[in-house]
Amino acid sequence: MAEFDERSHEVPNESENDISHPPAESDDNPKQGDGVAGVVTLFFIVGFVGSLVVGWIVFPKLLYSQKHQPINFNHAVHVEMVENSCESCHYFREDGSFSGIPQNAACIECHEDIQGETEDERIFVEEYIAKGREVPWLVYSRQPDCVFFSHAAHVKMGEMDCVTCHGHIGESETSRVYEENRITGYSRDIWGRNIAGFKQNSWDRMKMNDCANCHRLNDVNQNSVQTQRGGCFKCHN
Amino acid sequence: MKIDRRSFLALTAGGTVGTALTPLPWKLTDDISIWSQNWPWTPVPPGGEATHVNSTCTLCPAACGITVRKIDQRAVKIEGMAGHPVNDGGICILGVSGLQLLYGPSRVKTPLKRVGDRGAGHWQPISWDQAVAEVAQKLGELREKGEGHTVAAICGSDRGTLPQLFSRLLTVYGSPNFFALPTIHDTYAMTLGLMQGGNPQAGFDVENTDYLLSFGSGILEGWGAPVRMFRANSRWRSGYGKVVQVEARLSTTAAKADRWMPVSPGSEAALAMGLAHVILREKLYQRDFIKHHTEGFNEWQKGVLAGYAPDAVAAVSGVPAAEIEALAREFARARRPLAICGRGQGNTPGSLAESMAVHALNALVGNLQRPGGVWAMPEIEYIDWAEAEMDALAVAGLQQDRLDGAGSDGFPYAKYLPNRLVEAVNSGQGYPLQALLVSGANPCYSLADAAAVQKAIAAVPFVVSFSSFMDETAVNADLILPNHTNLERYEDVPTPLGLTRPIIGLSRPVVAPQFNTRHTGDVVIQIARAIGGTVGSAFPWPTYEACLQMTLAGAWGPLNRDGFWEVPGFQPADWAHAFETASGKFEFTNAAVTSLALSEPIVLPGDEKAFPLLLMPFDSMRLTNGWVGNPPFMTKAVDDTVLKGDDVLVELNPQTASSLGLSQGQAAELQTPVGAARVRVNLFEGVRPGVVAMPTGLGHTAFDEFIAGKGVNYNMLAGPVADPASGLDAAWGIRAKLTKA
Repeated sequence: MAEFDERSHEVPNESENDISHPPAESDDNPKQGDGVAGVVTLFFIVGFVGSLVVGWIVFPKLLYSQKHQPINFNHAVHVEMVENSCESCHYFREDGSFSGIPQNAACIECHEDIQGETEDERIFVEEYIAKGREVPWLVYSRQPDCVFFSHAAHVKMGEMDCVTCHGHIGESETSRVYEENRITGYSRDIWGRNIAGFKQNSWDRMKMNDCANCHRLNDVNQNSVQTQRGGCFKCHN
Repeated sequence: MKIDRRSFLALTAGGTVGTALTPLPWKLTDDISIWSQNWPWTPVPPGGEATHVNSTCTLCPAACGITVRKIDQRAVKIEGMAGHPVNDGGICILGVSGLQLLYGPSRVKTPLKRVGDRGAGHWQPISWDQAVAEVAQKLGELREKGEGHTVAAICGSDRGTLPQLFSRLLTVYGSPNFFALPTIHDTYAMTLGLMQGGNPQAGFDVENTDYLLSFGSGILEGWGAPVRMFRANSRWRSGYGKVVQVEARLSTTAAKADRWMPVSPGSEAALAMGLAHVILREKLYQRDFIKHHTEGFNEWQKGVLAGYAPDAVAAVSGVPAAEIEALAREFARARRPLAICGRGQGNTPGSLAESMAVHALNALVGNLQRPGGVWAMPEIEYIDWAEAEMDALAVAGLQQDRLDGAGSDGFPYAKYLPNRLVEAVNSGQGYPLQALLVSGANPCYSLADAAAVQKAIAAVPFVVSFSSFMDETAVNADLILPNHTNLERYEDVPTPLGLTRPIIGLSRPVVAPQFNTRHTGDVVIQIARAIGGTVGSAFPWPTYEACLQMTLAGAWGPLNRDGFWEVPGFQPADWAHAFETASGKFEFTNAAVTSLALSEPIVLPGDEKAFPLLLMPFDSMRLTNGWVGNPPFMTKAVDDTVLKGDDVLVELNPQTASSLGLSQGQAAELQTPVGAARVRVNLFEGVRPGVVAMPTGLGHTAFDEFIAGKGVNYNMLAGPVADPASGLDAAWGIRAKLTKA
């Protein structure tokens, strides 16, 4: 009660004070209002711009860690030397499954002894071939384990080129940096280099939308297994 | 410039709007969903090249063909081999679970030497050279001292090159004490030997039978080759035939049969004779066969007509006389009737009298050597090694009696009596056993009265186990010389018992040996050579594989290609040529048969007053009770009315339970003259009042944490009963007492 009384008593005093200095106050008030609005706007812009910077520039840098392949591999040299271009190493097995990344057994024919003078070659032969260890290649195109993809259906039946999805990797002379998503553990190539997900080439991204897009463009979406009952489980398992 | 609350709100608002215009929220949502769908700690098998290897499963005697799917060097799936004579693409739960044995933690990874007390589990890894040298040295010493006959070997079976190498080793070394673990097939072989002559195995043409009369055989519990029997049963179920199950308990087989005839346990032989009585009295037998191809019929008929009238049999078996008569007529009038015996999976040899009575039923209806009947299956004699040279020590050792008395006057037809070996060691009869080799068998678990077996093994100064797994017998050994598992080694598998197609199966390496194990065949050869002299020279092969290849000769190629080899164009001999008895006919009785104590009853151990109940085992497809442990995949499939947590449930009729004051799930103390165990009670009206039914295959104490400690081993409570006629274990239960815990 006492507190209440004090306040109620003070209110008239304050209003009295206000009234006693009307000109000064009225001059200042609009300026102070502009300042507040300016600060608010400024902060809004700072927040806005800052988050854009974070979202577009900082976030991608934080999201991906940079890893190097255990061996710097030169596709161009190999494609030139082997007989069957890509299929010399990335072939279909007898049962129709795709071999993917070759194992040492495929390399040993030529690389039993050191070829050339590069440090990578020495490491490959001495540390992997000689010791019978497989090279832990980082696979740019590895899909999550819950995704099933049949190379045979696309390459053999759909007659697609490797380049359509994998780009011109066969012409590369060095292994580029492998960017690993810190959350999922998969390669940046799946989402694509562009953090917004925009793509220019068919091989820029490997998300499900990209599968769907191609199926739609080639008009396979109306007669393919994906549209039948239980179609989800053709690719997701 | 004044920074206040509103400024921060503005900053946040700007940040929110800005963030919404960046890919961050959408990208994060996507990443988190991928992460949550592929938890990084979930093990994912590596991808690779898929290949398939054809082999033969040796986890049970059925010897099914298997096709193992591999990804690179790892076996990932075991499937039934399409087109195989036993299982044609099917597979049982044990076969499927075989990978858990290959990759599981119960493997013995290197030769081990005991360093602490027996059974304490303290081992020292040793090299193979040392392991072989130690065994050879010990055996060499015993032989030099003239004690070669005190060495025994126990194998799971005596068929195939690996057991035969052990048998040969003991022979040239100078010991008569080679053992295999007998089953119903030993009793069947004895039955056919006595009634049909020669040395055939019984084959059952279940594929063509249209009326199966089963005396307790668990055709859905793993009798014979399970996949084959399940398939035959499916055909009968789809209208092709009829199944009558004579069994004390409502087993799965009984529940699925066309008719279940609950009998007083132990009265099966009498019931078979009662059926024979009706068939004889009403002259329903196959006259042509009886007249032209049998001997001793009249004499046998006299006995059956005199002693097994339906009324008398009804009093013993509890089956009404009218039902006996009706069943006999139905059986005799069926087109291709077949009567079989061997309780459950047939792992206990059982009563010879019962087997002969059941076989006589088949003879009465003339269903021998015919489609749907019993066929005498000759062994494929491919193991034809040069006779080994014997030195004086070997000859002297072999003149000693076998410790179990098998083949002696008391048990002239028995080949191996492991229960009597245990008894001899424990009671000090005969000579003391100095060394024991165990391969492909786990007697400390699977023989009746397992505690007595363990005691006997503890009394043997030198025990060597060749087990791939740390089983109950290996735990009690001095040395473990681990064999490759069935998926890592070559081994020949002769015609599975009961099959009507003579084949040889080949078990072969699907994956490279995972550990520092060695093929027991190689180890036997190396031990023999280290002993030297005539023992060594009896083993001219550099390796087991070379031995196998030479032994199989022309079959080796097809075996490697297809996984099995079949005798081309096999047909059962006709009646005129099938019987190798003195008369050349089927003999219902003869001098050898009448000399046997076939009418003596089988008395179960235990006093009826102290142990008022009967404990009976039952087998299940989901629990293996052989020499391997139950893989966890199988244990997962066991009902919680059988195993709840780590407690076994025994089946009890509600009537018996209420008289004992026991209710569903209640804990109780189960006592037999042999042992005692804590169990829980499962009320089940399919079991007779006064009977306690207990699953086999539980209660392992060795292997690993996933196999051991689940339930109780029936064999720790059971005791063997020597069949008065054969000497083989014929116990079908034991007297017991159940009290509230």
